[in-house]
Amino acid sequence: MATIDHSTTFLLGRLNLSAIPQDPIVWATFVVVVIGGAGLMAVLTKYRLWGYLWHEWFTTVDHKKIGIMYMVLALIMLLRGFADAVMMRLQSILAFNGSEGYLNSHHYDQIFTAHGVIMIFFVAMPFITGLMNYLVPLQIGARDVSFPFLNNLSFWMTVGGAVIIMASLFVGEFAQTGWLAFPPLSGIGFSPWVGVDYYIWGLQVAGVGTTLSGINLLVTIIKMRAPGMDYMRMPIFTWTALCTNILIVASFPVLTVTLVLLTLDRYVGTNFFTSDLGGNAMLYVNLIWIWGHPEVYILILPLFGVFSEVTATFSGKRLFGYTSMVYATVCITVLSYIVWLHHFFTMGSGASVNAFFGITTMIISVPTGAKLFNWIFTMYRGRIRFDLPMMWTVAFMLTFTVGGMTGVLLAVPPADFVLHNSLFLVAHFHNVIIGGVLFGLFAAINFWWPKASGSSWTSSGARSASGCGSWASGSRSCRCTSWA
Amino acid sequence: MAVPMTRIDEAMMRIIKRAPWLIPLMVLSACKAEVLAPTGDIAAQQRDLLVWATGIMLIIIVPVLVLVVLFAWRYRAQNRDASYAPDWSHSTKLELVIWAIPALIIIALGAMTWVGTHHLDPYRPIQRVSADRPLEGQTPLVIETVSLDWKWLFIYPEQGLATVNELVVPVDRPIEFRLTSSSVMNAFYIPSMAGMIYSMPGMETTLHGIFNAEGSFQGMSSHYSGAGFSGMRFKAHAVPDGDFDQWAAETREAGGQLDRAEYLELARPSENVAPHSYGTVDAQLFPRVVNMCVEDGKICMAEMMDLDRQGGTGLAGTMNMQSLVADRDAQRGERAPTLGWEPFYVSGFCSPAEEDLMLTLRADLPPPPVDAAPLRGHGLNHPGTGLVDMLRRPAPVLTGLSRDPAADEL
Repeated sequence: MATIDHSTTFLLGRLNLSAIPQDPIVWATFVVVVIGGAGLMAVLTKYRLWGYLWHEWFTTVDHKKIGIMYMVLALIMLLRGFADAVMMRLQSILAFNGSEGYLNSHHYDQIFTAHGVIMIFFVAMPFITGLMNYLVPLQIGARDVSFPFLNNLSFWMTVGGAVIIMASLFVGEFAQTGWLAFPPLSGIGFSPWVGVDYYIWGLQVAGVGTTLSGINLLVTIIKMRAPGMDYMRMPIFTWTALCTNILIVASFPVLTVTLVLLTLDRYVGTNFFTSDLGGNAMLYVNLIWIWGHPEVYILILPLFGVFSEVTATFSGKRLFGYTSMVYATVCITVLSYIVWLHHFFTMGSGASVNAFFGITTMIISVPTGAKLFNWIFTMYRGRIRFDLPMMWTVAFMLTFTVGGMTGVLLAVPPADFVLHNSLFLVAHFHNVIIGGVLFGLFAAINFWWPKASGSSWTSSGARSASGCGSWASGSRSCRCTSWA
Repeated sequence: MAVPMTRIDEAMMRIIKRAPWLIPLMVLSACKAEVLAPTGDIAAQQRDLLVWATGIMLIIIVPVLVLVVLFAWRYRAQNRDASYAPDWSHSTKLELVIWAIPALIIIALGAMTWVGTHHLDPYRPIQRVSADRPLEGQTPLVIETVSLDWKWLFIYPEQGLATVNELVVPVDRPIEFRLTSSSVMNAFYIPSMAGMIYSMPGMETTLHGIFNAEGSFQGMSSHYSGAGFSGMRFKAHAVPDGDFDQWAAETREAGGQLDRAEYLELARPSENVAPHSYGTVDAQLFPRVVNMCVEDGKICMAEMMDLDRQGGTGLAGTMNMQSLVADRDAQRGERAPTLGWEPFYVSGFCSPAEEDLMLTLRADLPPPPVDAAPLRGHGLNHPGTGLVDMLRRPAPVLTGLSRDPAADEL
């Protein structure tokens, strides 16, 4: 994208043939997508499934079916996000000692931005939203969520966001800014092309969908519990879902507003986040992390609930310390709002501010540690059946503990000064997100699969997968911390 | 056709058979342990804190990992010897312990963090050469550092010269980096010297560091900044004092002039720029970069803020906005905001003489008060000083945080 064609046409504006990426890798992907898509359509047509899909699934207001559709969306996007990860790894294997690797910077920068955006917004978020959608009404004895039609709308908004992100692969380009698009880099001056616009609109559409879904589930849990189910009798997964949705409702509007301000900067020449004319890019950094830090607890809390259910079930015991588990969840919910600055200790906030946010961050590890002990003592004097969900849970306990430790280490500002932005940090959040969120989802899918499908599903292959997953995620933390 | 194996072939086969064992070693051999084995005093203290924090956490992490494996094995369903208590789900004593132990660890770690963060604040001036050597009157070497697209500019105001993508500094002399950026955010990081600090446009940050050993060390940008980011690496050469003076003299003689026009040329995007130097530098260049007024006639942010402080210029201010292309848009972008006006910048009101006064004002400010005493919390010992030492000395009087006033602008 060296030069820009400024000419505009009626109806299409600046869109012209030069928007098609000049890249054989993208062309090959496009061919595969077209062939695969055509094949899928042919099958659907042959077996006359369009009407069935439309009436029974796409337009459904059944929370179970919407939950399953969320999961399917997340699985599809997981393929894209994983392909991005493989391409990045391949590039870092090839590009050293002066070699440029097989990707140019324009392509690579899009891939590493897309990987983060897709994995967080379009894999992890649909997974947990789908899980909560499916389980919460069943656990609290409600017929459906409070606003079933809104539920369907939320799902299709998330799909809309995903479609926008995917479209950027073949028309135009994606952002080359990193997954949080810090200005001034994401401003019009330094990213004048359509990549950041795709980013903004994709996140905006999906983000509003998530807010709506959060309101929906929050109201459902508060208003639609079965008679007699007071708060301290709620299943533990519903408790974690409640806290997650409180976090969603309180933090996603911040994301929406931040992106609106960035949009105004880009489109109408305001100066919220510019370097001059009264703008301040650090305002964006603060705002995006005020959303961003609760976001990671939005991702992990429901899975803490899953691990609690799984551990109790397969240990053949009641969950140890239900009450302290609930208090720990609430503590994490509250504390997650006062730690955001630990994402930028290195921007010169001064020692007292840094130390405050470092210590609040560490304090979160106390309720998290209490949870871990509760799971351990749920296993204590149990009869543990190592079915697949339980294997993922044990793998989680080992991996997440290491990830938690590196997290507390990064919360020590002087240590963060030497580890920030490094592979050590990357290893930390992959340890907690793969080891926590992804393993939890695998456990949940296996655990509730019979409920959702009516048939059980286990295999020795999947069993060894959980072992390998644990090992692979753990080994990441052993990688060297110096810059490659 | 079978070829008999030679001895070399056999040796190769043996190595290949053992290859899986070698892979982890091969991966690790690529590591340069600059973070864990730094040469600078600050980085060494940061490493110490890192190691201590890890050690303290292992007090609880190791038992947790052991317990998970132990319980998972011992209470497996097949093991009928293990006890089974399906209804046991609460123990107040146990819960007290599982909340208290992490809390105690965090209290210890939090105390270390509070003291360590103040002690190793990048804004805190260097107070010793190394662990066993106090400062002997060395004043810090000021280096004004600008991250450009995509290279580093180092201005040595004391020596009156500048380098690009190459840093030469004397060993054992404190260095005060003042940092800003011409365009987007970057982070300035020399792992062997000290931790990183961000360089941001329109803002000034500070980093104090010191090299305690001669050698060439890697420096980099550790915050992604766009297409040419991976080329923003440089070598930091720490040399003896005499060699440094000689290098400075040679660099000045080699010529090259970094004035405002030349800077604007340099600031244009370029990748993998080879190290080069300038023998003379415009003394006001760095304050102009921070104030975003390197271009001729453009208003400096300091002036704009002062005008705003006085209530603004009203209509005259809006009339003054000229439809000129601002640096941030000229550099990379070719597109104006979709629905807005063309990018513009505001021209200044100050005469050149007034501007000079404004931009050099900083030098006349008295240096901020420095509290040279080791920092302590209530009842906490400063790392590295013995208890006896602490008792013998009168309590230090804190005269406010020893920070550069520029930090408050952030």
